[in-house]
Amino acid sequence: MTDTSTTGQAPSSDDQYVRFINVKKSYDQHNLVVKDFNLDARKGEFVTLLGPSGSGKTTCLMMLAGFEDVTSGSILINGEPVNNIAPYHRNIGMVFQHYALFPHMTISENLAYPLKVRKKSADEVKRRVKESLALVELADFGKRYPGQLSGGQKQRVALARSLIFEPSIVLMDEPLGALDKNLREQMQFEIKRLHEDLGFTAIYVTHDQTEALTMSDRIAVFNDGIVEQCAAPEELYERPANSFVADFIGENNRIPGTVARIEGGRAQISLADGSSATTLNPNCPQPGEPCMLTIRPENLFIAGDTLRDNCIEASFTTRLYVGDSIRYFFKMSSGAELMVKALNDSQAPVLTPGALTRLTWDLADGLALDRAI
Amino acid sequence: MHRAELSAASTGASGGGATPGLPPHSGLSAAEKSQSRRVMRRRKLLTLAFVAPLIIFVLIAFVAPIGTMLYRSVYHPTVAQLIPETLAVLADWDETGEARPSDSALNIFTVELQLLADDRRSGKLAEEINRSLPGSSSLIKSSARKIKPLDPEMLSRDGASKLLAMQPQWQQVEIWREMKLAGALFTNDFYLTALDLMHNTQGDIVARDTQIYVKLYMKSLWIALLITLLTGIISYPLAYYLATAPTRTANTLMVFVLLPFWTSLLVRTTSWIALLQTNGVVNSFLQSIHAIGEPLELLYTQFSTVIAMTHILLPFMILPLYSVMKGIDPSYLRAALSLGAKPIPAFIRIYMPMTVPGLSAGALLVFIISIGYYITPALVGGTDGQMISNIIAFHMQSSNNWELAAALGSLLLGLILLLYWIYDRLVGVSNIKLG
Ligand SMILES: Nc1ncnc2c1ncn2[C@@H]1O[C@H](COP(=O)(O)OP(=O)(O)O)[C@@H](O)[C@H]1O
Ligand SMILES: [Mg+2]
Repeated sequence: MTDTSTTGQAPSSDDQYVRFINVKKSYDQHNLVVKDFNLDARKGEFVTLLGPSGSGKTTCLMMLAGFEDVTSGSILINGEPVNNIAPYHRNIGMVFQHYALFPHMTISENLAYPLKVRKKSADEVKRRVKESLALVELADFGKRYPGQLSGGQKQRVALARSLIFEPSIVLMDEPLGALDKNLREQMQFEIKRLHEDLGFTAIYVTHDQTEALTMSDRIAVFNDGIVEQCAAPEELYERPANSFVADFIGENNRIPGTVARIEGGRAQISLADGSSATTLNPNCPQPGEPCMLTIRPENLFIAGDTLRDNCIEASFTTRLYVGDSIRYFFKMSSGAELMVKALNDSQAPVLTPGALTRLTWDLADGLALDRAI
Repeated sequence: MHRAELSAASTGASGGGATPGLPPHSGLSAAEKSQSRRVMRRRKLLTLAFVAPLIIFVLIAFVAPIGTMLYRSVYHPTVAQLIPETLAVLADWDETGEARPSDSALNIFTVELQLLADDRRSGKLAEEINRSLPGSSSLIKSSARKIKPLDPEMLSRDGASKLLAMQPQWQQVEIWREMKLAGALFTNDFYLTALDLMHNTQGDIVARDTQIYVKLYMKSLWIALLITLLTGIISYPLAYYLATAPTRTANTLMVFVLLPFWTSLLVRTTSWIALLQTNGVVNSFLQSIHAIGEPLELLYTQFSTVIAMTHILLPFMILPLYSVMKGIDPSYLRAALSLGAKPIPAFIRIYMPMTVPGLSAGALLVFIISIGYYITPALVGGTDGQMISNIIAFHMQSSNNWELAAALGSLLLGLILLLYWIYDRLVGVSNIKLG
């Protein structure tokens, strides 16, 4: 699904700086690993390909970088098809998951390599390596070998090396996958900072949804070779196109039901335990079809004095103390399990196990999505 | 999903409690120390028990033979056992002077020579002395023959004058000097011979007229180097292909690489005879396409040694190369390409340096195996393709000169250690990688 916001006026080439048009890929002439992939990335945009492992993200990057050929369809950069341009002429920076720093060269030599193959003068090479080291805050590490650096430092060098020849596009394939949580967050900021300072177009691959949400301008959610949805982070989170996206991004309560009727943009859902709910949802299946009602845990509330638009009953099972929040677990009579995330403040209720409790949510916060049977 | 989160969180929470009250210890108490030492000792003994069979085996099968070889190459008691008493009196004689030993020494010598003649062992003495003083063999043998019938009593009193009367050559100092030198229990003669050197009559070390062994060492080095280069050139692209091919293709091809290990060495070597001989496959084929008129002399040459040994040693180069290349992440080359390097420069500058550990492991293996190789040069080498190990075998089996064989073998060992040392200085042994 391409971004359709530009329809109506002729898109400029900056709006379609990188284009995948009906791209398909098969490694074995039998199974398509990438099925009809379309994507337009603006110049300077940060686009993330997000999806479970094996869904074809790396394959798409490799086709863009020129390491895998395209089975059908075409890839355009700045309006030019790149299918027949060799990888070393594409001028695309690339960051690999395991850094791919050349172990027999020092950090400075690693950084100098792309400049040397471009036959830059020794002075210029020296100056730019120094600048580049300063850019990633590793000014004193030029003489070391990659083996003498920590994971985070190697990642910075890999980043610096992919940027030093000033490519207009930088591809990153799970660049933070091998780092621990704190370093990851630090490096996420680092990458964002560099992206904002230097203004390159970034295509970023990850299977970590938090990472995707915090860093991207737009996210393409991959599943089994197709893009389920491609949209800005808020839209993905708040208005997922289908239940795969809803589940993949963030936590969700899922209540199976059937669409009873759709009227004036509101859908009436009858749930398995006999109760019913109403949602405002453009992506709802047709009346009579099964659906999945999804509600984010932070949008579901334990009913106090006031009730919101929807209300169901469930019995309390247990409570999990997380620190800043408390998670309450419930079970509906139909068997569906629910979770409520409440702030840990003075209003946090105390419940006894088995107590029948009313749960409530706003009209706009419940979504009726397709249900795979 | 909810339940899993619950259990994970509850185990996490239970570990949080601190245990106040106990003062923090910086060291171990005496009991704890002796306890941990006991555990360590038991573990060490256990380890030793595991490696003991190997150590014993290595001692018996490796250290002992090499020690014996080194010892034999310098220990030579033959003459000392033949004429012990003569040598005892010669010890006081000054061999650097111009005078022959005293008459009393000669008396003792004639008695011993007669004893040797009686036991038919005088020939052995003649042979030993003749080796360093050519021509002395007939002198000793004829003297022994003439002394044999004489009265031993008379010889012990008057042997000197009898001997000198029969054979005036005994007046000369050289023969006595050689006998005294040959009587030493330990000698460096065999090493000198192995290096084409010898003692001249003044006792100085000089080069021999005909150079045999040094030339042979040089030839062995050259052949080994040639084989190492050839296996390297053949194996590198093949190993690269194997390492990058799909698993199934690679496994099938690997069988062909390993096939030589499953067939007898002798069979493989003799099949080269079938290929290379005058009426062999290669010659017949070349003649049938009229590429050559006369059959080529392929067998029993240095060429046949090199080609057969290259074939035999190929797996020793391919396997370490393959295993090292297999471990190289393809993203290195991709990274180089994405940085703008063309494929061939990227391969040379980025990929090849990463294969050095495998290449050097393979090269070292092939070189060291081939420099001491015996059976293939023996079968297909002729005279031209002989290597140093063939001459060692010759001295052990045919000329029965075990001491010289031991000296040649020790020099070979020394040569290999020297090369290994140089290699370590240049490449670094820690860089070797076999898998
Ligand atoms: N070189 C290859 N040869 C054959 N199949 C491949 C190759 N690379 C990837 N695949 C297959 O393509 C699918 C998608 O892989 P990939 O693009 O690496 O997914 P992701 O990066 O999303 O984890 C997987 O099923 C994988 O097994
Ligand atoms: Mg991947």
